[in-house]
Amino acid sequence: MIEDNGIVIAFWILAATTIACALMTAAVRELVQAVLFLALTFVGAAGMYIVLSADFVAVVQILIYAGAVSVLMTFAVMLTPAADRKNSETAFQMPALMLAGLILAVLVFVSLDTDWPIDADRTAFSATAASLGEAFLKPYVVPFEVASVLLMTAMIGAIVLTREEDGDA
Amino acid sequence: MPDTMLALVLHLEDVLIVGAALFAIGLYIALSKRNAIGVLMGVELMLNAVNVTLLAFARFVESDQPLDGHVFAVFVITVAAAEAAVALALAVAIYKHRETVNIDELDLLRW
Repeated sequence: MIEDNGIVIAFWILAATTIACALMTAAVRELVQAVLFLALTFVGAAGMYIVLSADFVAVVQILIYAGAVSVLMTFAVMLTPAADRKNSETAFQMPALMLAGLILAVLVFVSLDTDWPIDADRTAFSATAASLGEAFLKPYVVPFEVASVLLMTAMIGAIVLTREEDGDA
Repeated sequence: MPDTMLALVLHLEDVLIVGAALFAIGLYIALSKRNAIGVLMGVELMLNAVNVTLLAFARFVESDQPLDGHVFAVFVITVAAAEAAVALALAVAIYKHRETVNIDELDLLRW
């Protein structure tokens, strides 16, 4: 439980902003505007991470999502100039809406119905970066290395997919 | 503390419901959008919702190693970044051949 009034109010403001921006991402009619609202959603989520005292993950979120992924998406929109820029829906809109509503109902029910093993004495984490670095290089070193390989594979894959075919390099 | 003072409390369930709402919006976007880049935006939103949930569990639930949730969140972000790079490269590659990234026009594998 978090019992600090300021933090609780901050969380609800951030949560409302994040959900509103996510809804706008779904609702706006221009793809570029949707990307910008998605970037705002990422920033709002980073704020929620800070409320949950995850300082390192929040900074990573700002750097990678609000920074890199948003720019990457803007680039993808800009690199497809003749494609449809409308943020329109397919014929699956109504089934998607119903499925999303159903999933939401199930998740909310499970969240409220489960008896979570809450640690009532838990206070906010102090700076997490050092302990996270230790966790990555001691118990989680193998997944960490696999993630490195995955990132490099993705980078090479992206380059191979997008390069010009007629070059003889 | 007098009773008239405002005493707000944030429970695990509150954060979980916010995460569930974000996940549902992301699922709706991913399933309904016509543009492949729009679909990808929905997927990224869902991954973010999962991270909110992971960090909430790390903060509230009793555990010997509460920071494991943060480790998992960082891995999720890593995989999401790799996925975004490859998926957007795919969108650009498809655009080069077909002049479109609308998923309802890309029905080459439909029988």
